[in-house]
Amino acid sequence: MRANDAVGLEVRRGEIFGLLGPNGAGKSTLVRQLTGLMRPDDGTVEILGHDIVRHPERAARILAYLGQESTALDDLTVSLAAETTGRLRGLDVRRARDERDAVLEELGLTALAPRPIRKLSGGQRRLACFAAALVGERPLLVLDEPTTGMDPVARRAVWAAVDRRRAEHGTTVLLVTHNVIEAETVLDRVAVLDQGRVIACDTPGGLKEKVAGEVRVELVWRERAPLDVPEVAALRSRALESGRRWTLRLAPEEARAVVATVTGGAAFVALDDFTLATPSLEDVYLALGGDAQGLVKA
Amino acid sequence: MSVVPVEVLPGGALAVEERAGAPAALGPRARLWPSLGAVYRAQLSRARVARIPLLFVATFQSIGIMILMRGVVDGGAEAQAVVAGSAVLVVAFVALNLLAQYFGQLRASGGLDHYATLPVPPAAVVLGAAGAYASFTVPGTVVTAVFGCVLFGLPLGNLWVLVAVIPLAGAALAGLGAALGLLAPRPELATLLGQLGMSAALLLGVLPPERLPGVVGFARDLLPSTYGVEAFARTFGSDPDWAFVLGDLAVCAGVGVASLAVATWAYRRAAVR
Repeated sequence: MRANDAVGLEVRRGEIFGLLGPNGAGKSTLVRQLTGLMRPDDGTVEILGHDIVRHPERAARILAYLGQESTALDDLTVSLAAETTGRLRGLDVRRARDERDAVLEELGLTALAPRPIRKLSGGQRRLACFAAALVGERPLLVLDEPTTGMDPVARRAVWAAVDRRRAEHGTTVLLVTHNVIEAETVLDRVAVLDQGRVIACDTPGGLKEKVAGEVRVELVWRERAPLDVPEVAALRSRALESGRRWTLRLAPEEARAVVATVTGGAAFVALDDFTLATPSLEDVYLALGGDAQGLVKA
Repeated sequence: MSVVPVEVLPGGALAVEERAGAPAALGPRARLWPSLGAVYRAQLSRARVARIPLLFVATFQSIGIMILMRGVVDGGAEAQAVVAGSAVLVVAFVALNLLAQYFGQLRASGGLDHYATLPVPPAAVVLGAAGAYASFTVPGTVVTAVFGCVLFGLPLGNLWVLVAVIPLAGAALAGLGAALGLLAPRPELATLLGQLGMSAALLLGVLPPERLPGVVGFARDLLPSTYGVEAFARTFGSDPDWAFVLGDLAVCAGVGVASLAVATWAYRRAAVR
């Protein structure tokens, strides 16, 4: 079975590059190949001038990886997890401790330093693992859904830390995410993955231009759609139905007509709520033929 | 959310093109001994969070077995075998059984990725964890040995031999535990193999060898913990034959080196799939 097929991507130095796609799109497989954890059947992986397929052991000396699992660090205190990770990145005791203290301070984790990671909340645990990933500077950070479960304060700490490293050291970031809102706000460029293929790769703005002529209309019916209204029945074939919710992508004038229809007469009685929005990355994803189930908007 | 656009970065996009040809400098490699020390220290700290209840279980189990056997065994060679077997059982419980479970779970949950994406020698991860688990057994083994000597009226004078028995039996059993945990295709299987290994150490180590039937006696000879038990049991005599003690300990050391080498190989194999 092939988890991904003929993926061709080039990440520029110093950019925050995103891999966006639902669970099972092949993001994790791609990341495992990049980090030297898995050898691709064929093809090449080159990171900052190093051939990772031929020299997988070099990956660990170029990049820091934050995976989704924290089981290796769970029983350690926040402080020891960060220090040990730094030691295993080749730092001597003194530098590992200095960097540990600086990173914990930077991320606002100093007060949690003596607490075992296992005893923290999901978001704090994630932040502690992110701290460990930052000890022992690397020119490339590979972050697999780093902000899952984090509150806004922790998220801001993560992106501020990333920005600082980018500004000071030109650090490159590869971010795996299925969070479309985050993808829109932090990424320089994004590759959209679906079933192991790259279906688009551009800046978030560039991707959105592909569907710029369209407006997203969401209709939420009270119980069921009033299919006895002919205009509503005609829309059904173009709507993505999810329970009581219909999602439509329409040209602006069509959208206006639909809103006029549903906010008057028989259809209005059946309508619970409606929204009109400019397209998001999720719409791009759908327009490109992706399956949006598994994408998160938060 | 503020993100620095690429254009304003020092060096900017053009510089990226210019530098694109030069490979980035590689970070340092973590050397064996410092990283082994770091893994050992980190693993040892886990005792405070996760292991203390299990250390008690290991000790209570061994003490309970000795109390039971007190009714059956009067003294002499049989008592020596029971005390030595119970003390080494603590090592088997922690170093073999718990370490097999730990590595089995780490492997299944993807926790090995953390180590595999750090420039650390595989031997440092395996030896650091094995060393820590062998160290976990020290208090329980000592308590069990002292309690057993008092219970069966054995001399306490040669208990110093535990200084050699614990690390060498620990190396052999921890190596075996690590190898089982890393080779087992599923974590439940790792747990099962660890439990079986410990049960074997219990039955074949604690029961006096003279009472075992022939085939079981042969199985006893194959089990590395047996040599730790025998080395320890020999030192209770009035005039121990130290050459045999050394011979038994050498077997433990040999099995330890071999099993730790297999475990290191298994780690490498499990880390990169």
